[in-house]
Amino acid sequence: MDTIQSILNAMMREALSPGTAAVAIAVIGLNIHFGFTGLLNIGQSAFMLLGAYGMGIAVWHGLPFVVGILLGFGAAFVFALILGVPTLKLRGDYLAIVTISAAEIIRYVGRSSLLTDFTGSAQGIPGSQYRDPFTNLSFFGGGSFTLLPFNYLDVADGAAWVRIIGWLLALASIAALVYLLRSGDRFSGVARNGLVVLLVFWSLFLLLFLFPVANQRTGVNGWWVRFIAWTLVLLCCFITYLLVRSPWGRLLRGIREDEDAIRSLGKNVFAIKMQALIIGGLFGALGGMVYVLPASVQPDSMGRSLTFFCYTALLLGGAATIFGPVLGSVLFFAGRIFIQTASQAYVPNSILTDQKTAQFSYIVVGIALMLLVIFRPQGILGNKRELRFDV
Amino acid sequence: MSDHTIAPSRLADPAARAALVSGFEATPGASKPDPILVVDDIVRQFGGMTAVDVGHLEVQRGIITALIGPNGAGKTTFFNLITGFDRPTTAGKGAHWAFDGRTLDKTSASSVARAGMVRTFQLTKALSRMTVIENMMLGAQGQAGENLFKSMFRPTWRAQERANEEKADDLLARFKLYEKKHDYAGSLSGGQRKLLEMARALMSDPKMIMLDEPMAGVNPALTQSLLGHIQALRDEGMTVLFVEHDMHVVRHISDWVAVMAEGRLVAEGSADTVMSDPAVIDAYLGAHHDTDLGDDALLTDEALEELAEEVAAEDAEREHEEHEEHEEGQR
Repeated sequence: MDTIQSILNAMMREALSPGTAAVAIAVIGLNIHFGFTGLLNIGQSAFMLLGAYGMGIAVWHGLPFVVGILLGFGAAFVFALILGVPTLKLRGDYLAIVTISAAEIIRYVGRSSLLTDFTGSAQGIPGSQYRDPFTNLSFFGGGSFTLLPFNYLDVADGAAWVRIIGWLLALASIAALVYLLRSGDRFSGVARNGLVVLLVFWSLFLLLFLFPVANQRTGVNGWWVRFIAWTLVLLCCFITYLLVRSPWGRLLRGIREDEDAIRSLGKNVFAIKMQALIIGGLFGALGGMVYVLPASVQPDSMGRSLTFFCYTALLLGGAATIFGPVLGSVLFFAGRIFIQTASQAYVPNSILTDQKTAQFSYIVVGIALMLLVIFRPQGILGNKRELRFDV
Repeated sequence: MSDHTIAPSRLADPAARAALVSGFEATPGASKPDPILVVDDIVRQFGGMTAVDVGHLEVQRGIITALIGPNGAGKTTFFNLITGFDRPTTAGKGAHWAFDGRTLDKTSASSVARAGMVRTFQLTKALSRMTVIENMMLGAQGQAGENLFKSMFRPTWRAQERANEEKADDLLARFKLYEKKHDYAGSLSGGQRKLLEMARALMSDPKMIMLDEPMAGVNPALTQSLLGHIQALRDEGMTVLFVEHDMHVVRHISDWVAVMAEGRLVAEGSADTVMSDPAVIDAYLGAHHDTDLGDDALLTDEALEELAEEVAAEDAEREHEEHEEHEEGQR
């Protein structure tokens, strides 16, 4: 029982971590590229790295925090322009090739020892060099805090039956939530939206009640950065919602379906694709900044594999949906931790040493991505009908 | 639904059209009194092969002009060239075309469409993973909500969106697709997709609509209604230029016919004149153009004997050649 509790606690901690939120933001950007516009961008990590570098280098060299953020966005903006101008007129596959190479170029330039004064080369920029202005903004105060203060330990001293009933309830409410979100316009209107919001809060409450998370209030990796990160995730979801319900969003989907048809209707396809590339890239840059706040700006931690994690999360949650990226990121990271901790706890060390469980978890994740693409290409929240007519 | 029929044009009257058309010279590249599209010196080469080489062509405003020709005559390539989907080899070296008085030598496909010349495709490009109404709404021009910055603020585009939707509803009703409004375009039949594509093109209020083989793969019943729609467009004052293979269709609805063969414009004239023109018969229709090849009456015993003799003669010739080649090979 306690082993299970500790595995679930670890999953909960990972799900709420700022890293998960950061990747979720980057995936929201990738969703605009790939899910809505059909741009196969395999260099989302470069946008993240540029955002992180912009902020990190600026603050490290004594510029104000706000200037750092603007520099990060500016770098991603310029990068999107440079990528898009030569490639967006070509067929989609070329963008994929160019973005993955461009991302590698950015990473290698960052690693280069010529730039040690700016990027810290392969060691990167330690978080302590740029984090302070952000932590100073905190109004959370000092000390540590447990979310929720009222948890399962307060009911019958955390007896097994309390937890089991709680777990079942949590599972049921999450299943109901996913069902509601997937049903699309079948339950339209205020009642459905109200129910969704209610279920979200109820599930969150249950999860936090069952798996309380303790952290510093401010600190390096505390509640403050988590609060900001998840607020930004919600904000990005809202912006995406506003964008894709508009005629502009309709154009994006039209371009995904058939560029020539849209061109024959008098729309400037190149400009729209460029706008999509830039918007998604800016989300990526924001994700990168959040990603490095509790860690350090290290070029190798934002390489190809991070892009592929983003794709896994996107496909898992469901491309071309609003909440798919968030759900996908949370499930991806929590699932990986589950595999890692479970194999640590249950597989004897003679077969799989603790060190190798992390590698094993990534292997399982890779297989999961393959199975997902083959058997459920629309992901968890995606619309099956939308995929049925794929040519 | 609001009423948005356009006043019938002067050319809705068949007699008026006949009178107008009888004034045109029946020669390739003939000048017209009121051309909406004028094309000069468009050449497109793929490697050494010249796909299109049109010296001069004028398309009269307000009538239906058919562009016919055998397979590989360059009709679709010509369409692509003048709608900006392809670039002439002579671009900047004499190629020149103008639509409604506006020069289009160097403009992109989207600005050609914005100028009022909207096309459809031979292989229909319905956006299958979007609903019928979304397909239609994409056709509307000048949408404020398609601006990235305005798009996030619904009040800036809500009224326009509603007006566009009403217009789309009217068009869908006219093309008998209204019941399918919320279905995915991918679930429509081939003929319905053709209708949807045409309706979508009309959402942009074009001055001229260019249809690339509108009847290809459409069943006969739907062909009739498609023809009706095309004629109705003409009667409302729109110019129609279409590519077609089916001679019955061309004879039935076109007011003027231009014939292409091997990339060149070989003839122009009314449907009947063109079809009796020996150059056209040679290039396109073949010796049996007036007979129905599916007619059993053709298969008389004599005809069969003749055919058998021809086949035998050809076989003998081939054997002879092979024999010679064989001998050469041995030597």
